[in-house]
This record gives sequence, structure tokens and C-alpha cells, in this order.
Amino acid sequence: MSDQGMDRRAFMGDLVAACLAAGGPVLLGMVRVAEAQGTASGEYDPTEHYYGIGIDVAKCIGCARCVAACKAENDVPMEPYYFNTWIERYILRTDGEVEVTSPNGGLDGFPPIEGEGQILRTFFVPKLCNHCANPPCVQVCPVGATFSTRDGVVLVDESYCIGCRYCIQACPYGARYMHPEKHVASKCTFCYHRLVKGLVPACVEVCPTSARVFGEVEKRATPLARFMRFNDIQVLKPNLNTRPKAYYANLDGEVR
Amino acid sequence: MPQQVPRLIAVFVVAVAALLVARGLLVPKTFGEYGHYRGAAVDSIAARPIKFAGRQVCAQCHGAVDAKRQAGNHRGLTCEVCHGPAEFHAAAPLEGKPQIRRDRGLCLLCHAFNPSRPTGFPQVDSLTHNPRIPCITCHVPHAPVPPVTPRDCSACHGGIARQKAVSHHATLACTTCHDAPEAHRENPRSVRPTKPTSRAFCGGCHSGMPEGGMIPQIDLKSHGQPYLCWQCHYPHYPEAGT
Repeated sequence: MSDQGMDRRAFMGDLVAACLAAGGPVLLGMVRVAEAQGTASGEYDPTEHYYGIGIDVAKCIGCARCVAACKAENDVPMEPYYFNTWIERYILRTDGEVEVTSPNGGLDGFPPIEGEGQILRTFFVPKLCNHCANPPCVQVCPVGATFSTRDGVVLVDESYCIGCRYCIQACPYGARYMHPEKHVASKCTFCYHRLVKGLVPACVEVCPTSARVFGEVEKRATPLARFMRFNDIQVLKPNLNTRPKAYYANLDGEVR
Repeated sequence: MPQQVPRLIAVFVVAVAALLVARGLLVPKTFGEYGHYRGAAVDSIAARPIKFAGRQVCAQCHGAVDAKRQAGNHRGLTCEVCHGPAEFHAAAPLEGKPQIRRDRGLCLLCHAFNPSRPTGFPQVDSLTHNPRIPCITCHVPHAPVPPVTPRDCSACHGGIARQKAVSHHATLACTTCHDAPEAHRENPRSVRPTKPTSRAFCGGCHSGMPEGGMIPQIDLKSHGQPYLCWQCHYPHYPEAGT
């Protein structure tokens, strides 16, 4: 009787010890990895930055150098369906009709406008991922493969994405696409690999008219802060409460 | 203690342990480090190679041509706008050269006339502006200026000139309403042309003449007070009577 009881107690004790032996290192390992990663970032400190982009619609000449530069910098497929950034041409007709076209993202130029007499107004609008502070694409990702970094950039973890396309459906700005070779969701990264080196995104780098202004949202003495102070700023689809960080100046009410 | 309770506890403990072990094996090491994602993904994205060297790099070797560009009308551009991504060249200058395009096509990407472009941006109609001659024959790309001081306003203000040409104001010269100093032609942003400032200016033609002529007449005292004429009518394409 007592032998049996002792055996069970001994068994339970062994079991608990085994559990601790198996689970303990896992838990401890997590903590240790977190500590190591926290100090491994080197010079660049993401907690000191919070990025946004300003776009002055009145300065865009629709040359699509940004589109070409983005495709070169980020190895975006050259087929006319995949864009991290693209140029839309808006044509507002006198009868109230609005035409929005973006042939090949603007890369091949824009065809001449038919019926020039009936144009009320026409202009170019550069589009890209808005890097929302409240991103719907991140909310819907079932595996945590897309995320907001601490410096305010929405990224895709290519080795973790399962290619379910939920985020592509969820993005109200159409800024995501399925990468045809990697078979994962892909999008604008704000050229994160350039940011950590202290460079600006490729599209901002090559914009010939400075229609794109990149910088810190929350600091005061930065090009973006000045841009936001001296312009009337609009964001796209503010009613969706996505809190976009692509800030448009001189944006027409017809642009969505 | 009933016999089942220790057994159930044992099963429960084994299940929790199995879960912890499985989680430890399946969840990536850096997952949850900063949030609900793999922390190492940030580092792997940050480690991608750059293609554009950036605006500071070119001047380190090409200082003279960069200084020339900074002083000219292309001061807002970076070298890589026209020469393409050049990090490979910055990293190993002798290994390869960035592109140097001398054809019209490159310039026309920005400077071909397109009504959607903002007013005032220098544009040419490619079909009529010295067709098939490369732009660099007359313009220096690093400090572009018109090779001669433009005689006609339409050289730069083509959009307005085109519109005026089909309007009731077609026969009026630009200088009827604007006083354009010579300095404006040489350095457009240094001096701006004048604009009419009063209702009386338009009234010079549109008021006080006999009715029934070619020019529509209005009574300046009663018509459209208190607005200035161009707050309702666009002078380059006056709407009244069209």
C-alpha cells in the first residue's frame, strides 16, 4: 500500500521535474534571444524614428521616375501588374465625369487626352503604401507575417507569409500584390534597407521636382514636418480610420 | 484525495509540457520580440542590398560636374534621376559605368508636353520642337537653359498660348495685359510679369463702347460687383459669349 503510494508520488515528482527540464530551457531561451536581439541592432535605433511621406500633387509631373527607381531598387517584377508605387492620372471633365488611368503605372507615359475641350482639370497623383498607423492588412494577417515596425513602417516577412492574400483584400489603397515568383504578399517597404543606412527611399531620391518629401512625422525640424506645417494636408480615405502616414498636399477631393 | 484527481493532474501537466515543447519548437525564435511578428524579419529586410547610391556619393568624385548642376536649373535633381541606379559604380568605380542616355526620349520623360503636368513646368511639343535632334545638341543637361532667350511667351507658356489661340482673346498679344520685363525672359523666376489689378483695366475694352460691336459690353457699375473680372472670367479663355 505504502509502496504503491510512494511510487505514485515519486512518479508525479519526476513528471514535474521532467516538465521543468523540458519547458524551462525553452522559456529561458526565449528570454535570452530577446535580450541578445535588443542590443544587436548596432547604430540604427528604430525607437528614435517614426517615418511618413509627404506628396505634393501640384508638383508631380507624371514622369514615373519613382516607379522605375522603385522597381530597380526593390526587384519588383517588370510586368505591368506589380507596383510598390505608381502614378495615376486624373481627368476631371466639365460634365462631372472623372477618369483615372495608370497605364503600366505611368512607366510608358500617358496617352494624349481625347476631347481636350471638355477638361475641367487634370493632374497626376503618385500612389504607394500609406504605411497606416492603424493598418488593416496587419490586423487580418493570420500568421503575423505582416507587421508595423517600431519606426512606423509596414513590412512583410517573406519567409513567414503563407500567401493567403487576406492582406491584399484588406488594403483599401490597393497597395499590395502577390509576388509572382516568391508567392508571398509584397508591398512598398519605404525602402527600409535604405532607411537603416541613413538614406531616403529610392522614389524620393529620384523625384526630379521634389514632389515627394520623406522624413520623421513626430519631430519638428525635419523636411516632412515643415511640409506638413506649410501645406493643407489630406490623407486618402480618412473615414476608414486607418490613420495613413502618406500625407498629400494640394489633393483634389475627387482623389480616393 | 480521489484516485482520479492525481491522474487528471498528471495528464494535464503532461499536456502543458507537450504544448510548451511544441511551441518552443514551432514558434520562430524571435517571434513576439517587438510585437506579433518575427523580430529577425526586420533585420533580414534591412540587410537587402541598395541599388541607388544616394545624393551625397556622386559628388565625392564628380565634384565639378555636381557643382555645375547645383548652380543650374537641374539643381533639384540627383545624378541618378538621369544616370540610373549607380551603387554598383560607387562601390567599384572601374567595374562598370552608369547609363549615359543621349537620346531625346530621356528628356521627354519629363519635358514632353502633357496637359496634366503642373502649369509653369517647362515642356515642349516633341513633334514641333526640333524633331529628331537630340536635346543635348542645344541644351546642356547639367545646367539646362534655353539656348537663346525666348522671343515669344509661348516658348514657356505653351498651354496658355494654345488656349488663348482658340479663344475670343486670340488676337490680343500677351503684352496687352502683361508687362514682361526683359529680365523675366532671361531668368524667369527673378522677375514676374505684371497682371492687371483693376476692373477698370478690362473696362477699357468691355465698357463705354457703343453696343452691338464685336466686343461684349457691360456696365462696370452694376455688372458683377464687387468682384474683380478674373474672379468669374478666365482671361485666357473668356467664357462669356462662348
